[in-house]
Amino acid sequence: MAGRKQSADVHQKIRAAFDAFDYEANSTVDVREIGTIIYSLGCFPSQKDLHDFIAKVEEDHTGYIHLDKFLPAMTKVLQEHKFPPISEDLLLQAFEALDKEKKDYLDPEELTKYMTQEGEPFTQEEMEEMLTALADHRNQIHYKDVVSQMTIKPDK
Amino acid sequence: MGCGMGKSEVRAALLIQRWYRQYVARLEMRRRCTWNIFQSIEYAGEQDQIKRPLPSISGFHAGSLISHIFRVNEICRDAEWERYFCYESIEVPDSYTGPRLTFPMTFCGVSKVVQAFKHKQQLHARYVLQLLRETWRLLRILTNISHVSTCHTKEITICGDLHGHLEDLLLIFYKNGLPSSEKPYVFNGDFVDRGKNSLEILLILFGFLLVYPNDVHLNRGNHEDHIVNLRYGFTKEVLGKYRVHGKKILNLLQKIFSWLPLATVIDHKVLIVHGGISATTDLNAIARVDRHKYVSALRPPNMLMQYVYYIIYTSPLSSVLTMTDSSTQIVDVLWSDPMPQNGCIPNEVRGGGCYWGPDVTEEVLGRHNLQLLIRSHECKQDGYEFCHNRRVLTIFSASNYYEMGSNRGAYIRMGPDLVPHFIQYQASQACRELTLRQSVGWTERSALRALREQLFVHKSDLISAFQEFDPNNTGKISLSHWASATESVLKLGLPWRVLRPQLVSSTQYGMVDYQMWIRELSITEPKLQISDTSILETMYKNHSNLETIFRVIDTDHSGSISFEEFRQTWRLLCSHLKTEISDEAIADLAHSIDFNKDGSIDINEFMEAFRLVDLSAHA
Repeated sequence: MAGRKQSADVHQKIRAAFDAFDYEANSTVDVREIGTIIYSLGCFPSQKDLHDFIAKVEEDHTGYIHLDKFLPAMTKVLQEHKFPPISEDLLLQAFEALDKEKKDYLDPEELTKYMTQEGEPFTQEEMEEMLTALADHRNQIHYKDVVSQMTIKPDK
Repeated sequence: MGCGMGKSEVRAALLIQRWYRQYVARLEMRRRCTWNIFQSIEYAGEQDQIKRPLPSISGFHAGSLISHIFRVNEICRDAEWERYFCYESIEVPDSYTGPRLTFPMTFCGVSKVVQAFKHKQQLHARYVLQLLRETWRLLRILTNISHVSTCHTKEITICGDLHGHLEDLLLIFYKNGLPSSEKPYVFNGDFVDRGKNSLEILLILFGFLLVYPNDVHLNRGNHEDHIVNLRYGFTKEVLGKYRVHGKKILNLLQKIFSWLPLATVIDHKVLIVHGGISATTDLNAIARVDRHKYVSALRPPNMLMQYVYYIIYTSPLSSVLTMTDSSTQIVDVLWSDPMPQNGCIPNEVRGGGCYWGPDVTEEVLGRHNLQLLIRSHECKQDGYEFCHNRRVLTIFSASNYYEMGSNRGAYIRMGPDLVPHFIQYQASQACRELTLRQSVGWTERSALRALREQLFVHKSDLISAFQEFDPNNTGKISLSHWASATESVLKLGLPWRVLRPQLVSSTQYGMVDYQMWIRELSITEPKLQISDTSILETMYKNHSNLETIFRVIDTDHSGSISFEEFRQTWRLLCSHLKTEISDEAIADLAHSIDFNKDGSIDINEFMEAFRLVDLSAHA
């Protein structure tokens, strides 16, 4: 009983997020918006995770995703906690791993090097945005402050 | 540092990237919702549509005020208009430091005007009137449809709605160059209303039109209409800037607006109109109309009745209006919006024109042998947007239209190949420096505030709707019920579940304490002591109408009205809304609003008194 109500709730949540990007009111969204939708539902997929997910739900390379395919796939993701959030601690540890000199902050050049050359690299635009958001007036990224300010609490 | 990164750095980088992308996406979702809020509120109108037949009005003093203001408009013979434009008797004092113009207008002259406005100077009324007279004389000899060609490898620049945003026009000139015979421009309507420099924009555009009449083309927009201006700020702007000559300027502009051409066609292939088309749009018919007879979309059989009707009711177009074929052609072209579905249906949201589908686009463009329709009329996040298989292009040039950071503006450059190229921008230095988070936050606060006002206005209906889901009167309902009840009352088509965290703080175990929520929404500035609080709801519902009425009654534009005038206004409003409000309640209200106790009510203070406190500012 509770399980059924819960999944109705989950469906509604997914539908609501999907609808925000359904511009033509025909239950489809542009594939490029799927990342935003999934993230907004509280998930933290990597780019590879996103690629795999999209491959499963896209309508044959039309560039569109239909709610019929998205809804069950996304429900499964949420119920199985497939892309769990990153805790503040883990995030802090990550920043500390990059702060070789243990100065408690990163210089823009340092951060840029890591973000644009490693892992799933940022585009120049993404990098500029990040620097504008994270660097303080001394042009330093004090990651401890940043992390606590910017961690969004998940919805109840 | 070594040449490669260790595994721990790579893992760390991956984690941070994943985290940051999620953060940005959350902001993007909020931005999208904020956008939806603004759009839905704008197009749904600010209050409920009240559709009741107009009762007879007798012994109603505002009528004489209205005809006093509009009597002059009965002058229709050209010779009389020429005399009315008379500016020779207006002396320009030596102390005036603004630009002094000579006519015929030259490039030098209009550049001086642009520079002056950049430095926030005001053009003397004499020069304004002179410029307007020359503009009127020119517009009268233009045809309804301007035909432009891109021969001589000229690129044409096409701009959309400007809505009084002088910063955006100056930015366009800076990036693109001033209009000239080498640089032709088309301005696609809605130059005025909402922004604070509508008059400056008009004077600049008219100035360039006078200097380069073959290379500057102005299309009329639905806001080039004096009755619309009463509601959306242009009238107020002119009367505020020109206390002595404002009314005359407005009357002349009313005439000028009616003489603005209705459409521009480039190379017989690209049609540019402000709103759009309908299934019956016929350019040949449009070419033949006497366009200057259509002064306002609200042209009534009886001007007085129609005017009052408009003020009291929210719908800009009245069902009382009898539409002829010609007026339909014009209204369609100025007010319509595209829709994704096929067909052509009346545009109930705007009150005039239609919603037209891709099949209508194909048919109308095909019939006229055209390949592209460029229109404006709707704000777009990126300044422009294609639809209908890229056969319809919306161009919108007022950036930050809803709020700082809400959207970019754009303009089009088009050469002989008739392929549009877009240049986007966002005015306001401060805005560019905002981070994504800040600009989303700013816009969002504004949108949420507007939304909370809407919710407050509908509070009794909301409570009834909630109670239907709460038969046992527990005071709580589930989130899903909250969302569907709210949508059924407000009908804004918003994603309420997604917005919920920003609107409702009191939830527990997925249930909303709706009584508490409604109470929270109702917090207002504790300035007013009123015996009858139902008055507040009615006030909010009619917020913008009230202002319009006040401004009409405040004939000397002093910014305040007497208690008696206030009482009369309120009576008039209530009789049309069929609401009972006692004289005592009105007197109470009037007295409590008179903050400085001088026996008159300051209009601005009054409107301020009804702003809802922004709860998030205290969060």
